[in-house]
Amino acid sequence: MDNVSGRCACFARTLERRAALKVCLGIALGLHFVRPAGVAAVDPKDERPQDGDRLVFADGERAGQVIASADLPVGGPRVMAFPMAPATRLVRDGSRLNKVLVVHLDPGTLGEETQARAADGIVAYSAICTHQGCEAMAWDDATKTVWCPCHDSKYNPRDNGRVVAGPAPRRLATLPLKLVDGVLTVAGGFSGPVGGQTH
Amino acid sequence: MRDHRTSGASLRGAAAALLVGVLWLAPAVAAAQIRNYSPVTDARLLNPEPQNWLMYRGNYAGWGYSPLDQITTQNARKLTPVWTLGTGVAEGHESPPMVNNGVMFVSTPQNQVLALDAKNGDVLWYYKKDLPDDLLQLHPTNRGVGLYEDKVYLATVDAHLVALDAKTGRVVWDKVVEDYHKGYYCTLAPLIVRGKVMVGTSGGELAIRGFVQAFDARTGDTLWRTYTVPAPGEPGSDTWQGDDWKNGGGSVWIQGTYDPQLNLAFWGVGNAGPWAGDFHNGDNLYTSSVIALDPDSGALKAYHQYHWNDSWDWDEVTPPMLIDVQRNGRPIKGLVHPGRNGYLWVLERGPDKISFVDAKAYVRQNAFASVDSATGRPSYDAEHKPVRGRLVDFCPSLWGGKDWPPAAYNPRTKLVYIPSNDNHCGSLKSKQEEPTKPGQLYLGVEVKDIGLSVYPGSKTIGRLQAWDPNKMERVWAQDFVSHSFGPVLTTGGGLVFQGGTNDRYFRAFDAKNGQMLWEFRTNSGVTAVPMSYMVDGVQYVAVQSGWGVDAERMQGALIAAGYQAKNYAKDVPIPQGGVLWVFAVGK
Repeated sequence: MDNVSGRCACFARTLERRAALKVCLGIALGLHFVRPAGVAAVDPKDERPQDGDRLVFADGERAGQVIASADLPVGGPRVMAFPMAPATRLVRDGSRLNKVLVVHLDPGTLGEETQARAADGIVAYSAICTHQGCEAMAWDDATKTVWCPCHDSKYNPRDNGRVVAGPAPRRLATLPLKLVDGVLTVAGGFSGPVGGQTH
Repeated sequence: MRDHRTSGASLRGAAAALLVGVLWLAPAVAAAQIRNYSPVTDARLLNPEPQNWLMYRGNYAGWGYSPLDQITTQNARKLTPVWTLGTGVAEGHESPPMVNNGVMFVSTPQNQVLALDAKNGDVLWYYKKDLPDDLLQLHPTNRGVGLYEDKVYLATVDAHLVALDAKTGRVVWDKVVEDYHKGYYCTLAPLIVRGKVMVGTSGGELAIRGFVQAFDARTGDTLWRTYTVPAPGEPGSDTWQGDDWKNGGGSVWIQGTYDPQLNLAFWGVGNAGPWAGDFHNGDNLYTSSVIALDPDSGALKAYHQYHWNDSWDWDEVTPPMLIDVQRNGRPIKGLVHPGRNGYLWVLERGPDKISFVDAKAYVRQNAFASVDSATGRPSYDAEHKPVRGRLVDFCPSLWGGKDWPPAAYNPRTKLVYIPSNDNHCGSLKSKQEEPTKPGQLYLGVEVKDIGLSVYPGSKTIGRLQAWDPNKMERVWAQDFVSHSFGPVLTTGGGLVFQGGTNDRYFRAFDAKNGQMLWEFRTNSGVTAVPMSYMVDGVQYVAVQSGWGVDAERMQGALIAAGYQAKNYAKDVPIPQGGVLWVFAVGK
């Protein structure tokens, strides 16, 4: 709502004031009409990863088991994971936006920002492509990049998830990690928005 | 004619400017009420006025034909833009504007709808669907709205059907077609017949089971749903094995055609999934078929399967055009379909049967060994039919002889205009293992193992072809170096319009001989359906330009295979971002 008000104020300076204000009012009412007050309670399984969550395998024979650094060979391939609340052991797999891609890289190859969010060379990124929301994020072993085959975007996991090819509009959000007793543990929320960023 | 609720040029201009400025901010905004809106009745849909474009292809027969004849072969070179509108979004713009007595409705990717004054481009109202954050858009596009009575219908990429008040843009109702988490999404323009709004769903690459569903135009209540893949015990179920039918594909993502005499809606059905045929042994009815549905009940009255056990990703989702053809001196109520499988099909439609008449390859095709002259059932060359575990090549590639862009038919020239791609071949190295969960990518092949090549010695790929469906002969062709994803419009003025190439041009051709008469360089690639309309005695041609989706993917595949994009350096993408262009003959 604030954004719209701001834009209306800007337009009001350049347009015939009375007419523009009427239009602004109409838009404000329109927004109110289609977005009624009240926010539904969020299912705990849908809640985004939180500091202290453990990472567990998202699929395969070990689905639901915690991931240790020893499970991840240096240089890839990547592993898909979900966060798990440690106290309740609730896996936060209610929203596909919680899926993260984890890969173990040589710490010496990581950029400064990436290094700060990594745990002993292990990095985690949102597994959802920022282009149109695909989660089929593959590992391109030849270039050691994260690849979305839906529309051919590539991301560099050593450089903060930066887009290096394809139509993706922005980098992958990073999930900061730490190691607690050798287990991959979330060290904070996503560094930016997750999901397709064009709608 | 419609009128504005508000008055005064300054307010109207301010509203238009402001609305364009906030296109991406608000889910729904009404700017002004359109007065004296002409309800779209059953009678008008059956006999659309020449000045209007009330549905995806202009008429129920699916012709893509405007009878307007003010723009001709003589004056087409004077075509010039009269107004434009930026849509504010990227990705593939594929929909035609619809025009109803001076009011234009145009949809864009990300499920926006704009109502415009068709004469001058004033924005009358604007709507944008509030799409969920976790949505996956494999084909981020929309192919047009449906018009009926006083409402505008939009099928959305999160698999909803939304009814808007045509006069204000307000949401009248919003119904879930299916759960998008399971891979269902909608990109087609709804087909509306006597109060029933029919839609199908995309998602063949996401492990869906396709269907056509009808909603009550006034209330949004579901009236029926007919699956394109039968459940065990239903007719056709013996063409599937085990549980393959549950995620068998059979998407429906292009508006069907309709025969009011037979009261049958003809729908094209997509391929079976995953791609390689030995993932789903059997003929796999009714995938890669045309089905005839009774709009009142949804009952499946007839079908014809173009090719059995699809293994090439050859959706046959474009419905057949309803064309009267002559065959050995006998008039036939025909169904004419340039297939993605590279064959031009002529079928005969009846109340409870679709009969094979003829088929002929219109592009280089090596997967069919023959086509049975009585039934139309093809036999295959096993060397070119993908199976799991080995690399198999075939022509044309998975993008087919003609992908989704619709062909057109001109009743004056009696020619069918096919927007084809020729001389391209593909390969698949399918996986051994079984596929994944519904809602996740479900191709049966790693994308890196999808190959594309240009046939040795070929210099062109895109090919606009004119065919005589009576003689089954090609009359003319225009070749393009670039691949082409250009839907076709033909007009009473003897013209054919098409864009589709990666050089951003929109072109006009002489419908009789294919001579190019005019071209105009737009902002981006033209992959949208062109249309024509008239307001106050002036004929216009309108089309959106906005490159994306499969045109972009094929471009990327060609570059990856080492083929340079004409007019663009390697790794420089074709520019995106939608603009609606409206042309008329200059003074």
